[in-house]
Amino acid sequence: MNRRMGTRLVWAVLAGSAADLAGLGLIAAAAWLITRAAEQPPLAALSVAIVATRAFATGKGVFRYAERLTGHDVALRAQAGTRERLYQALIPPQRPRHGGADLLSRMVDDTEAVQDLLVRCLLPAAAAAMAGLAAVVIGLTILPVTALVLVAGLVLAGVVLPAGTATAARRWSARIAPARAALAGRVADLVHGAADLAAYGADDAALARALAADESLAALERRQARVHAAALAGGTLVQGLTVAAVVLLAQGAGAGSVGTAVLALTSLVAFEPVLPLAAAGERMAGITAALRRLREVRSAEPAVGEPAAPAPLPGGPLTVEIDDLVVRHAAREASPAGVAPPAVSSPHPAPAPGGPGSPAAAGSGEAVHGGRPALDGVSLRLTPGKRVAVVGPSGAGKSTLLAALMRLVEPESGTITVNGTDLRELAGDDVRTLMTGLTQDPYIFRAGLRDNLRLAGPEAGDEELRRAVRDARLGAWVERTGWDTELGEDGRTVSGGQLQRLALARALLYDPPVLLLDEPAEALDEETADRLMADLLDVTRDRTTLLVTHRLKGLETVDEVVVLDEGRVVQRGRHEELVSVPGYYRDLWESEVLTRR
Amino acid sequence: MHKDLLRLMRAERSVRRHLAVTMAAALLAGLLVLVQAELLAGVLSGRFTAAALAGLAAVVCVRALLAWTQGVFAGRTATGVKSALRHRLLARLRELGPGRLAAHRSGELVTLAGRGLDGLDAYLTGYLPAIAVAAVVPVAVLVRLFAADLASAVIVLVTLPLIPVFGALVGMTTKAVTERQYLALSRLGGHFLDVVRGLPTLRAFGRARYQAGVIQQVADAHRSATMRTLRVAFLSSLVLELCASLSLALVAVPIGLRLLGGSLDLTTALLVLLLAPEAYLPLRAMGTRFHASMEGVAAADAAFAVLDRSAGDQGDPVRRPAAAPTASPETGTLQSGARGTAASATTGAPEIRLEGVTVRYPGRDGAALDDVSLTIGPCERVALVGESGGGKSTLLHLILGFVHPSEGRVLIDGTDLRELDLASWRARLAFVAQRPHLFATTVAGNIRLGAPSASTEEVRRAAAAAHAGFVADLPQGFDTVVGERGADFSAGQRQRIALARAFCRPGASVLLLDEPTARLDGRSEAAVVAATADLARGRTAVIVAHRPAMIDLADRVVRVHEGRIVSDTARPAGTAHPPGMPSAAQATAGLSDVPPGSGAADAAGVPSGGGADAPARDGRRTADVRCEEGGR
Repeated sequence: MNRRMGTRLVWAVLAGSAADLAGLGLIAAAAWLITRAAEQPPLAALSVAIVATRAFATGKGVFRYAERLTGHDVALRAQAGTRERLYQALIPPQRPRHGGADLLSRMVDDTEAVQDLLVRCLLPAAAAAMAGLAAVVIGLTILPVTALVLVAGLVLAGVVLPAGTATAARRWSARIAPARAALAGRVADLVHGAADLAAYGADDAALARALAADESLAALERRQARVHAAALAGGTLVQGLTVAAVVLLAQGAGAGSVGTAVLALTSLVAFEPVLPLAAAGERMAGITAALRRLREVRSAEPAVGEPAAPAPLPGGPLTVEIDDLVVRHAAREASPAGVAPPAVSSPHPAPAPGGPGSPAAAGSGEAVHGGRPALDGVSLRLTPGKRVAVVGPSGAGKSTLLAALMRLVEPESGTITVNGTDLRELAGDDVRTLMTGLTQDPYIFRAGLRDNLRLAGPEAGDEELRRAVRDARLGAWVERTGWDTELGEDGRTVSGGQLQRLALARALLYDPPVLLLDEPAEALDEETADRLMADLLDVTRDRTTLLVTHRLKGLETVDEVVVLDEGRVVQRGRHEELVSVPGYYRDLWESEVLTRR
Repeated sequence: MHKDLLRLMRAERSVRRHLAVTMAAALLAGLLVLVQAELLAGVLSGRFTAAALAGLAAVVCVRALLAWTQGVFAGRTATGVKSALRHRLLARLRELGPGRLAAHRSGELVTLAGRGLDGLDAYLTGYLPAIAVAAVVPVAVLVRLFAADLASAVIVLVTLPLIPVFGALVGMTTKAVTERQYLALSRLGGHFLDVVRGLPTLRAFGRARYQAGVIQQVADAHRSATMRTLRVAFLSSLVLELCASLSLALVAVPIGLRLLGGSLDLTTALLVLLLAPEAYLPLRAMGTRFHASMEGVAAADAAFAVLDRSAGDQGDPVRRPAAAPTASPETGTLQSGARGTAASATTGAPEIRLEGVTVRYPGRDGAALDDVSLTIGPCERVALVGESGGGKSTLLHLILGFVHPSEGRVLIDGTDLRELDLASWRARLAFVAQRPHLFATTVAGNIRLGAPSASTEEVRRAAAAAHAGFVADLPQGFDTVVGERGADFSAGQRQRIALARAFCRPGASVLLLDEPTARLDGRSEAAVVAATADLARGRTAVIVAHRPAMIDLADRVVRVHEGRIVSDTARPAGTAHPPGMPSAAQATAGLSDVPPGSGAADAAGVPSGGGADAPARDGRRTADVRCEEGGR
């Protein structure tokens, strides 16, 4: 694969060089033809030049076409390779990163830098080097001293200038990026905060601030344009002065009109592929930054370790035991907005770390403390057929518990065992065949419903699909939408309720020995949530299930309810027991009962 | 050329000037190439002495200077146009107001007004000057060629039009091929992002590794499809390149033969050789720039789509707020007295009356509010309950003046809201949105939003009143800068900062809250409820509420369902006390008797709370609206 890539790359470079060389040859042959013809030699002396002129003219176009095709082909292959490596690096569970979906989009955009690097920087540079070399060789054969001048000019325009623009572009993008971010922030304030601004009569002031941010960005961009302008001017200057110097030297050395003309015109044309390299240099700043970001992603440690020799999967009915589990999320570095991490001893809940993508802090809940473990000594036993519900305020560690069971986070201490085997001795993928289900933020792929379900059961037949859909109470919707209508971003929009039901159908289709359900009624309106929860409690009867929820209706049917708060189990027991004693559970239950019609 | 963009550039004086300088520099530099060719040909042929090389160097220096000028002024043109467009966009966003902004995809608007406009750079700095050069320089070259050598000039003249003609032909074919493949290309191109985004889901079902193979297949398919289009697309560059290079050969060979015959001098021959490529170059450059500038054209289209989207849609519930105060001078003079009292009574709580109000949003089928009549007396505290999407928020937005009734009217102390000065009406309101936005400034700045002159002490007091004591514990206290979109604060904390905003407006007489405790856990909820209770004291309050503790604050509960008021229940006098479960039980029992959308008969079997009066379907409550809290 790699060698074939290398061969393709060589072909692309050859085609590009051939195109530039043909351009050089065309002008050299034409110059020779004309100046030699002026000396009125016999016609036969010109025939080679005439043929060469025509051949080079045709070759230039054809080789250019070949270069562009082979170049883009290589670039697309290289990009595919980069994407594959990136994907492979992302497969093991990742530590949560900042930025969520935006970050992923940028990562995917970054892989396009490889294409830019090849098509717009490396291949043109290689071809320009070949053309420059050829011009220097012509100079050497006619008058060596002119070759020296030409080398100086070409290096100046093709190496020094691009290096300068690359450096300047890097510096300027470092200065412009904050101004750009400030403007984006101001604009976001205007758009997202429109209601607050209008209600408090502060919209004029906010508009003025946005315009001020625009003005400071524009001022920086105007100054950046000078770099680009200077590079343009420098290129023109170097090219023109080199040609003038070559002519001066050639005439001074008595190189003759033929030699001088050929030297002058080849020098002039040799710069043509070289001058665009300054713009390529400007691009390099962005490209290297993108490639560096990709390297960082690829070299990031996965969130959990994998055993060297994974233990075999335990068989039979599964008993899961969680013993004194402590999980601590890696503390976040100081936030970009300048809010320092709060002191651990702070008595009040303070704005605290826990990225938007981290399991415990996702959504809208109170963020977790940097120093406090997300789970702090949790023990739990799930025997075959038992259903356990985990409730508690947001940020209590409910989702972290599921993540630990799915081997997505590494516990600090304590153990999780499945039929006596420690999870750490099992391969992560194997763990997730035992314990999985409806995870946080389920994703709908841009595909039909059938394919969206099949990812949880590639072998599933139509009958099984239909049953899963029926059990998730998605049947009516499927009849309206159809099995193969494209869903997802550009396809049909899927409402929150349908999305959760689709995710539930997936979980039921997969039918893991231990079913995990993370806030299945999240983001649904009351009525839909009630119906979904009722259905769900119905279909999970006699399945080993761990249900994370903040809705208590129907929990009288589960075998145990565990109340988590700040990572600790504060209450546990059956529903009837918990509502009979004061505490978080009873408060929540009463509040819920009262809001029901 | 982009018509709207040109109009905009003509309207901005500095942009016009900068663009003119850019174009002039580009043109002059293009024309100087002729002089350069003339000098070089003369020196090479021996007609000029080596001293002419100094002239050549001078021309080169001037061209460099012009290139610099072009670059600098092109940059100024680009930033000028982007700023002008951004100014208009932002002004337009403000003009649309929160009511209609909601109909746009807010994320797209933010991108458009920020990064999106950068796409214009290539169009403004590259394509526009290239057009000018392409229009003038080839003609100048041709004129010079005709003067020098007729035969060569004719060859160039004949082959020159081939470039645009072939360019257009190939362009059209490319477009057809691309369009045929567009769907496949965008599908395949988007596949990788789709898979990466869904990776957690794939991992959960053990399909992550399998997808690696699929990614490769799709990448291969994408490459094949792309290469199919490129094979056609690059034909244009093949044709252009061949046109230019073959023409040069076509010119050079006959010239050589004529030199041999002695019918042409060397200077002319060299001049033709040097000039001929310069005739083709500007056209090819324009073609290249054209492709690079397409993104900018798309950005401009998107921007002008927002700017031009008609402000006067029929049945549009939102009108320009600025138009309201000055719209009717007659009523203004008639009501100046009434308005005077209204202005002097800013501390007093007003009566808010909705009369047969219907609100329709453009592009939506049903009415958001359908013939709603409701009177909210001074100092009355009304809880709006009901399913989400039922019209509760629209009701608040009506009172705020974010939306206007399609039918009916909103009266404030008997004056139509449309005749009031919206700014001074809003100055009497304290509003906390469902998801209040925290601005990218300090916490103090956020609290001061509605009272820019509030002192530090007042800000502190407001925060304390809003139970936002956590702010003082932050390392930088009230000077802490809020992270992007309030990311550093939890929902409860954001909510309390927004409440502090309301407290920082002590003059406000009407409190409007949109589900202040939705999405909060128990502890945060208690703090927000307590703060709200304080804030509602002595004010007219309209609170969209879901949770019992919040409903408990109200002395009247209005249930909104599918744009209509389905029940309107006063809570027995004296039940308004600090939030707690027992009283909430009474309140909600009182509410529970009319399920949304059902007739009163359905409610018969449901236990009914004591003291609740029968819901008046027209919403016009006849019960007294004494200002119970006013005296406290």
